[in-house]
Amino acid sequence: MYARKLVYFTSGLCVEARFRCMASAVEVASCVRSSRTMASWSAEYKQQTHSSKQHGSCRHLSAMSYVMRHGVHSIRTMSQSTLDPSEAKKFQLLANKWWNEHGEFAALHSMNDLRVPFIRDNLLNVHSGRQWGRPLSGIRILDVGCGGGLLTEPLGRLGADVVGIDPVEDSIRTAELHASFDPVLRERVQYRACTLEEISEEEAEGFDAVVASEVVEHLADLDTFAICCNQVLKPGGSLFITTINRTNLSYALAIVAAERLLHIVPSGTHEWDKFISPVELERLLESNCLFVESVRGMLFNPLFGSWSWTQSTSINYALHAVKQREQPQPDHAHTPADPEDHTAETDTRTGAGAGAGAGAGAGAGQN
Amino acid sequence: MFPRMHFLTRANLALFGVGRRCIALTCTNGARTLSRGFSDSGAAKHGDESNKKENELYDIIISGGGMVGTAMACSLGMDPNLEGKKILLLEAGNKKTMDKVPEAYGIRVSSINPGSATLLSGIGAWDHIVNMRCKPYQRMQVWDACSDALITFDKENLEDEMAYIVENDVIVAALTKQLESLTDHVEVKYRTKVVKYTWPKSYQVADSIPWVQVKLADGQTLQTRLLIGADGPNSMVRQEAGIPTVKWNYDQSAVVAVLHLSEPTENNVAWQRFLPTGPIAMLPLSDTASSLVWSTSHQHAEELLQLDEESFVDAINSAFWSSDNHSELIETAGSLFRTALSFLMPSGTSTRQLPPSVAGIGPKSRVMFPLGMGHASEYIRHRVALIGDAAHRVHPLAGQGANLGFGDVACLTQVLSQAAFNGQDLGAMQHLLEYETQRQRHNLPMMAAIDLMKRLYSTNAVPVVLLRTLGLQATNAVPPVKEQIMAFASK
Repeated sequence: MYARKLVYFTSGLCVEARFRCMASAVEVASCVRSSRTMASWSAEYKQQTHSSKQHGSCRHLSAMSYVMRHGVHSIRTMSQSTLDPSEAKKFQLLANKWWNEHGEFAALHSMNDLRVPFIRDNLLNVHSGRQWGRPLSGIRILDVGCGGGLLTEPLGRLGADVVGIDPVEDSIRTAELHASFDPVLRERVQYRACTLEEISEEEAEGFDAVVASEVVEHLADLDTFAICCNQVLKPGGSLFITTINRTNLSYALAIVAAERLLHIVPSGTHEWDKFISPVELERLLESNCLFVESVRGMLFNPLFGSWSWTQSTSINYALHAVKQREQPQPDHAHTPADPEDHTAETDTRTGAGAGAGAGAGAGAGQN
Repeated sequence: MFPRMHFLTRANLALFGVGRRCIALTCTNGARTLSRGFSDSGAAKHGDESNKKENELYDIIISGGGMVGTAMACSLGMDPNLEGKKILLLEAGNKKTMDKVPEAYGIRVSSINPGSATLLSGIGAWDHIVNMRCKPYQRMQVWDACSDALITFDKENLEDEMAYIVENDVIVAALTKQLESLTDHVEVKYRTKVVKYTWPKSYQVADSIPWVQVKLADGQTLQTRLLIGADGPNSMVRQEAGIPTVKWNYDQSAVVAVLHLSEPTENNVAWQRFLPTGPIAMLPLSDTASSLVWSTSHQHAEELLQLDEESFVDAINSAFWSSDNHSELIETAGSLFRTALSFLMPSGTSTRQLPPSVAGIGPKSRVMFPLGMGHASEYIRHRVALIGDAAHRVHPLAGQGANLGFGDVACLTQVLSQAAFNGQDLGAMQHLLEYETQRQRHNLPMMAAIDLMKRLYSTNAVPVVLLRTLGLQATNAVPPVKEQIMAFASK
């Protein structure tokens, strides 16, 4: 249920993906990739071989999909041109899937009730001088793994300049199509079919915030993810993550209940091994100078189809981290980090009270 | 035959309303939403329209600039979270301003309860109303023509206002004046008729316009993310959207007039007497004037309109004063019951006051209109919301018509403001459903109560009269129940 994003790959797209990968494999070979990429790719490849049969047909693709495993990886940037009529039908169907509030992605739609206020309120705490009606104006956000643009559009409506990226070209086309009718979104939202790594090379320190919602549980190489996030963020910029914890409870609900018993999600959609606990994630981010400000538990109520904040982070959780303002860069011998500043930031977030306090603030804002 | 039909329709009403609410609550209405979203898309034309030059896209268009529609426009225009949104109000009639309050009172008046007054003062129109003309009242007396049973409502200390009687013209003028100060936020087109609405599919299809298209009589086509229908009981928005409506006409018409009292009084009581033909109400306008709302059979209403002024005044006075309809049996039973009650609850009985007598009526101030009841079983569709009489029409006996509409305005504004602050598409079902649920939860019980009252008092059959006599007296004797009723009616 949590990653229904995957569902359509297993059904329709794999067919198309299979033949496309032949072409794009050449592209990849010609690309000079960093060794980091190759390493993470091989890790991904290994895991892919364990994945279920439904994903079997996608397996070749993993050669290219390094950031997100559920990806038809096409590296060229989307052109803004109008749709080829023969393709139109396909994107119609996809758009219907993504944008039906009560369809496959219902849980992602309703998650906006929590994640948009979470992002908005934490950004408003940092960026003062808000403008009524467009509270996030002037803020540049990167939405990693934007899919059909479910979270990208609300952030754009709040006035932010949002770049949505997703390695799945079809998703990007769907998102572009959906935003194309809206003059306001056309101004503020931009989509690109590319990976986080590519954009981090192009736009170093280009964003005030990075959002990765329901993405990291599908990543093969979290280290690279953290490095890239650090790279694209401006100093003091915010990273927002929502994901699934690795606990017995999340195993029971996300894998056993949702996949095996109820078949809401095809089995093999999620791999419990890839889930990450807030503590691990925090450690990982901190080693990349991203300091966690708050972690809040999220609870999905399947009966009402709605999300609510909860004390417990044992299933889903949202995390807000901030990039250190002055980063130590020993290689280039820039200004060294201020040790006091560093400890201060760590202190605020280690105190459970501080985390809860920030969380309560966000909660109050959304009500 | 008739009562059975009414029961059926009422059952329908309850079914539609309550069923909807449950479904909205559990959010398991995927299929419903689908059917709702698609139900009209078949009729909608797509394709060549999308190739036309891009029409102007509004965030919100309000269709209908009456009391409720204009209030909606002001309310949205003043909300900080909606700043920068393009809002348009369409009104078929002329702009209704009032430079100077005319000496003669308007015939149509509304009872404005504290909840509505709060809304109006929140949008800055209340000050204009107070500066123009309104009359607060502290007490309300309702009594039966077939017995001595009565019930009074008042604020404990007679200082607080229970509600206000305001002329509809004054409300519209005050709101229009307020709207003039919001020209940066709200655009208004007067003398503009809509000829056609085209509805979008519930979610995106590649070559179709995802907005509601509003075609005007001058040939212009506008587009909007959200269309708010405030176009009255015969709402074109509701009809074109194909929203099913439960409605029936009462076999009654209301005669309204401005009354001159025979002598100046404090005049701070709203009077209503239930005659077997329908309720007659005298609502204070000033120390010397009151407004009459007399619901009666169509035939009698027409007769009343034909009468000369003097006989009309006599008819009013006798309607309030006569005891022709009393029967001895009920009187005895009622007074026995009252004695028993006063023994049990000494503080529970009210002394009956008498309404002021009427000396004359305002010039050319007699008008009649038919009464009916209607309820849209859905207040919203994808990118459409109904407010005010477009969603619900009630009998005037409880003075709730305008208040229900202003309640809709307050609720919808709050929901849209929150949606905008969360970056949502303003026309999305998710938050509109919240509006519908909240309002139906309030409006349906109110409408059911009003309809029940109307029926209960439209007869002089002895058992029913006895029942209502005892019921009214018992209710009057239990202050907590009365407080509950008052709290519900002033929301």
